[in-house]
Parts: sequence; structure tokens; C-alpha cells
Amino acid sequence: MAVATPPTQAGRPQGPPSAPPRKGFQLNRWQRVALPIGGFVVAILVAAGIWGSEMEFPADVGGPIADWVNDTIRTITRNFSFIFDTIADVVLRFLLWLEAIFLWIPWPVMVGGIGYVAWRMVSWRMALFSMLALVAVGFAGLWPSAMETTALIVVAVVISIAVAIPLGILAARSNTVDAILRPFLDGMQTMPSFVYLVPAIMLFGIGNVPAIFATVIYAVPPAIRLTSLGIRQVTPQVVEAAQSFGTTRRQLLLKVQLPMAIPSIMAGVNQTTMMALAMVVVGALVGAGGLGEDVLRALQRFQPGEALLGGLAIVVLAIIVDRVTQAWAKERQEALRTDAH
Amino acid sequence: MNGQSEPLRMSVRNLWKVYGPAAGLDVAERLAGKSKAEVQDELKSVVALRDASFDVSSGETFVVMGLSGSGKSTLVRCLIQLIEPTMGQIFVDGEDVLAYTEEERIEFRRHKTGMVFQYFGLLPHRTVLDNAAWGLEVQGLPESERRARAMEVLEMVGLSGWENYRPSSLSGGMQQRVGLARALASDPEILLLDEPFSALDPLIRRDMQNELLVLQERMRKTIIFITHDLAEAIRVGNRIAIMRDGAIVQIGTPEQIMSNPADEYVADFTRDVRRATVITVGYLMEHPTTRVREDDSPDDAVRAMEAAGADAVFICTGEGRYVGEVTLEEAKQSLRRGDGAIRAPVDRRFAPIQRQQSIEEALANAWDHHGRLPVVDESGLLVGEVERDALIQAAFEAESTEAASV
Repeated sequence: MAVATPPTQAGRPQGPPSAPPRKGFQLNRWQRVALPIGGFVVAILVAAGIWGSEMEFPADVGGPIADWVNDTIRTITRNFSFIFDTIADVVLRFLLWLEAIFLWIPWPVMVGGIGYVAWRMVSWRMALFSMLALVAVGFAGLWPSAMETTALIVVAVVISIAVAIPLGILAARSNTVDAILRPFLDGMQTMPSFVYLVPAIMLFGIGNVPAIFATVIYAVPPAIRLTSLGIRQVTPQVVEAAQSFGTTRRQLLLKVQLPMAIPSIMAGVNQTTMMALAMVVVGALVGAGGLGEDVLRALQRFQPGEALLGGLAIVVLAIIVDRVTQAWAKERQEALRTDAH
Repeated sequence: MNGQSEPLRMSVRNLWKVYGPAAGLDVAERLAGKSKAEVQDELKSVVALRDASFDVSSGETFVVMGLSGSGKSTLVRCLIQLIEPTMGQIFVDGEDVLAYTEEERIEFRRHKTGMVFQYFGLLPHRTVLDNAAWGLEVQGLPESERRARAMEVLEMVGLSGWENYRPSSLSGGMQQRVGLARALASDPEILLLDEPFSALDPLIRRDMQNELLVLQERMRKTIIFITHDLAEAIRVGNRIAIMRDGAIVQIGTPEQIMSNPADEYVADFTRDVRRATVITVGYLMEHPTTRVREDDSPDDAVRAMEAAGADAVFICTGEGRYVGEVTLEEAKQSLRRGDGAIRAPVDRRFAPIQRQQSIEEALANAWDHHGRLPVVDESGLLVGEVERDALIQAAFEAESTEAASV
């Protein structure tokens, strides 16, 4: 057992004078841990003796709060349904149009196109993997589902970015906005995503739109954070130099801060996309189609084979999207290097 | 050289910048008597700029010199309000720039001033050309026009052929040329150079200093030049302000600083600089004892020399332009020959020393000439004389004080 040995002073060149040895009680390491724990245990036992082991809270406000939220959402649904119907309509049209295009393109062209992008942005290995994996998805009979999922993801990501960039800019420019936004973003990201599904159904009905709504709420925080970060980390020297020539705030944002934040924003897009992919199966719970629906159906019918195939197809999409967007972000980053080689 | 004859461009009065709780309106009264450390301890505030006042004439290179933390960078930023001063006044061409509205301030920065930064501050995502055109772009000039102008300034700083590269593929010196081109592009009257060459290698730094001097000869801008290097200050500056703890401790020409440092702090800097390269002949020269006009008779010349007890005399034109010198012996011969005017035997044996030459430069041609040397100003007028031995002695003194201080 380690008996507390005095810390060795040798080899320490004139450090601050060490604290004088304390007088009175001298606790070693074990005593310092054991004594407080013992104290707590005693306190718990005493408290349990006084109040009993299943002490009630004096009031229960959980019910009323939940009721209030339920009522509010119901009221919103009833009174503002025209707004949500319009949103749902626009989103749905966009989605169906995109899906139709993806399915209309003959699969060899689609596979070739994705392969080409992967080759240009990443490497020929990635191109080869992408093409083989996509062809495998097709042979597994999952091509239409995969295209539907892709369309869902694209719509969700586009909406996320449209929301994230303005909010990110606001958060970068104002510490107040940033401080207000931060807990919301933390909450959105950590809240179990199932929680969003119920209000999503109430506002948008069953189908792809509530799934997109839930996906956006879950996936938008990193895009906001990284947009804000990208703008904030533009070196003050560059900002100052730009300002010294009489830039307006608008010029500074559009010509200096946003262009220089692009790698960071791209990293945000990458993360948002990955998180959206993670929501594919959850979205199927409220009626979203695509690979998520396939996986969910397989689960309900106890078909582990089909579930596995669907899951693997989602993984394939995720890998391709991740590698390509990461390479893109990296390329932009390289272009922004300020130091000479 | 002559800050007084040119019109006033910039005037700074009692400028303060205080960070922390003491940054109130009565800052001058509260802080005037207190040292930096006292303010820090008692008021939990930092004085970055303490009651700075100076004037800058049009076409002058005004150098602000000090160690890091002396407030020189704060000062130059206050001039275009990249930092808002706590108190004081800044007048540029008679206008109170601190009273400007946001729009006026932007206009002022766009047209009146151009700034160069120690760490370049170039936009990495833009080409060299678009960086140089930055000031014009924010002014809203059409693309073709601003690019043509940017090409011009890039050529001026020696960067033709690099316009389509990104700053990252240029060396530090070249990046700073882009910075200089960017500042010159909108043809501002005032250049603010914040340690422009401090991040460069010593050899490159020297090149850039020379280039700046050549450009300045041509452009005659008003330049505020920040540096921590007195040698650089002396090379580029007409006048130098030395700062310490946010306050200006001395303002003067390079020679005044070198020969009369205001205190030990300034003197410390001057020890690192070779005086013989700084002190000019104008500082050593005396009024010319005797001179005759070229159409005076030899008789006049002989009498003038005998009256002054000299064995030679300078000869000038009617306007006072130096043409040569004649010795007593030669004047007497001329007198014997019966020449009408002294003009004939004029002996142009010595090219006159320029008043603004340094001792070292003057000695380079004066080395084998004995006696008194004529000193002329920029337009060739005889303004004084100096003994060669005085030059040698001054150079020697300078070297020995340097040696003693090492």
C-alpha cells in the first residue's frame, strides 16, 4: 500500500517556495476519500430514518406543463394550419420533384456520375467503392428506396442550411444571440429525436414532411454552430485590414467573412448530412418512405436479412456523402491557407 | 526635412485611449499624474495612449517609434478609428474626424487613407490582383476600371506577372508589396504603415525601405510610419516621435533625436544606431565666413580674404549659387594679370557637399580636400561651410561614443 511519501524536491529549480507543512490533522490520500464518503452514507441513513425511504415531492407540476404544451400545439395546429399546410405543400412538391428526377435518371448514369464526383473530389479508390456499392444496392432491389432516401436527405439538408446560415451569421455577430441560441442548440442535439415526432405529426400530418421537419430540428445545430465558428475564426488582422479600406458591415460579411468561413460551413454541411442520415429510420416511424421504411418494415416482420440490407444501403450512402463533402471542405481549406509554402 | 513650410495635413491633440473602468470622460484629470503601474493597480485600467499630440505636414514621413506595448499601434489605429480613442481630437485637413458619422468615416477610410499592416492582412481567397483592387472594390468601382488601376500599382511595386497568384504562393516580402499596392491603389493622401517591414528578413526589409523611399520621392504622400526600430525610423523618417508607456516622450528630426535624446530611454535607442550615418552636414555646418560674387573684381576678392584672414574664398552667382572657390594666391595672380572679374580663375576643384548628406556620405568625397568645404542646399545655393577636420572629428566622436556604450 502506498504510504504517502513526501513529493521529491530534487531537480526542481527554484520553484515557488513549497507550502509549509500543515499542523494538526494530517490526512493521507485514502482518508481524504473515505471520510467524505462515510459522512455521506451516515447523512443518508439519518435522513432516511427521519423522512422514510419513499419521500414524495411536495407538488407535481409535470402534468400541468405537459397539458399546457399539448394545448398550445393543438391551438397552433388548429389556428395556423394554413401556414403549415402551405409549408408542407411546398416541401412535398420539392421532394417529389427531386425524387422523380433521381428515379428518372437511368441508374448507370447515376452510378457513373457519383463515381466521377468521388474520383474528382476524393480518389479513384473512393470512386470504385462508390460505384460498386451503389450497384450492389441496386442488385439488392433497393434502388428506388435509396433514391427516395437521397431525395429526403437533400431536402432536409437544403432546409437546414437555409436556416443555419442566417442564424449562424447572427450568432457570430452578436454575443447575445449566441448566448441565447446555445442552450437551444444543445437541447435540440441531445433531445431524443423521437420527441419531435409527435408535434411533427400534429403540425404536418403523416408522411415525408414531418420526417423532414424532425430531421431538420435534429440535424441543424452543427450547421449553425460551424457557420458561426467559421465567421468568428476569421483572423482579426484580416478583418481589420479589410475595414481599414472602408468596408461596410455588409461588404465585410459577404466578401471577407463568409468566403473565409466556407470550409467551416462545409464541415457543418457534412455533419448535418450525417445526422440527417441517422434520422432515416426514425423518420420512417411517422411515414417517411425510402430505406428507412424498408428497415422498419423488416423489423416489424422479424426479417433480419431485409433489415440488414436496408441498413447497409444507408451506410453506403453515408460513406459516400461523408467522404465527398469532407474532401470538398478540405479542398476549400487548402485554398484559404495564408502562409507561404 | 522641413516640416514647417508644407501645409498641415494632420493634427492630433491630447489623444487618450484607456481600457477598463477608468475610461470615463474625466480621464485626463484622473490619470495625468499617475504612472502606468499606478493606474493598473488603483483603477484596474490600462492606459494605451496618454495625452498624445503632434502635427504632420503634407508630404512628410512621420515615424512613430517605440517598443511593443508603447501604444504606437493603438495610436495609428485611432487615426482611422479602427480603435475608438477615449478622449482627444484628430484633425485631418482641418476636419474633426472623430465627429464623423459612420458613413463619413467609411468615406474617409476609402479615399483619404491607405493602411499597410505588419501581418499583411491579405485576403487568402483572392488573387493578388483582387487583393490590390480591394479598396477600389469596396468603393464600388466597376471591375475593369479597378483591375486596370490595380495592375498599375502592382507594377509600381514590382509585382507585374504575379497578379493571378494567391497570396499564399508569395514570399513575405512580396505579400507586403501586395499590401502596399492595395494601400496605394485608391491614391490616398495619407499612408498609414503599421510596422510594414517588421515581419520581413533584414535584407528584404532594407530593399523595401529603399523602395518606399523611391516611391515617396515620386508620390509625396503624407506617411505615418510605425516601427520599433530606430535605424529604420531614421532611414525613412523626416521626423520621429518616440513613445513610451503610451506617451510621446520626444518628437524631432533624426538628428535632433540622435544628438539630443530627451531622456535615458531615448538615449538607449540611439546607442544602437551609427551616428555618422544619421547626423547630417547641415547640423555641423557654420555660416560661410567669406564669399564673393563671380562678377566681383580680383581686388575685391583679395581684400575680402585679407579682411577675414582667410587664404581662400567661395564664389557665388548673383543669386547665391555656389560656383567654386579661389585661393588668395590665385586672386593675386588674377589681379596682376588685370582680369576684370574674378570669374576667370574660378577653381571648381571641389563638388560642394549637400546639406542633407550624412557625415559619412560627405566624408566619402571630402577625404582628400583640406580646409573649409562649401555646403549647399537642394537648389545649389551656398548655405554654409564646414571644416573637413570637423567632419572627421564628428564621425570619430560618434564611433567612440558607440564603442563606449557597448
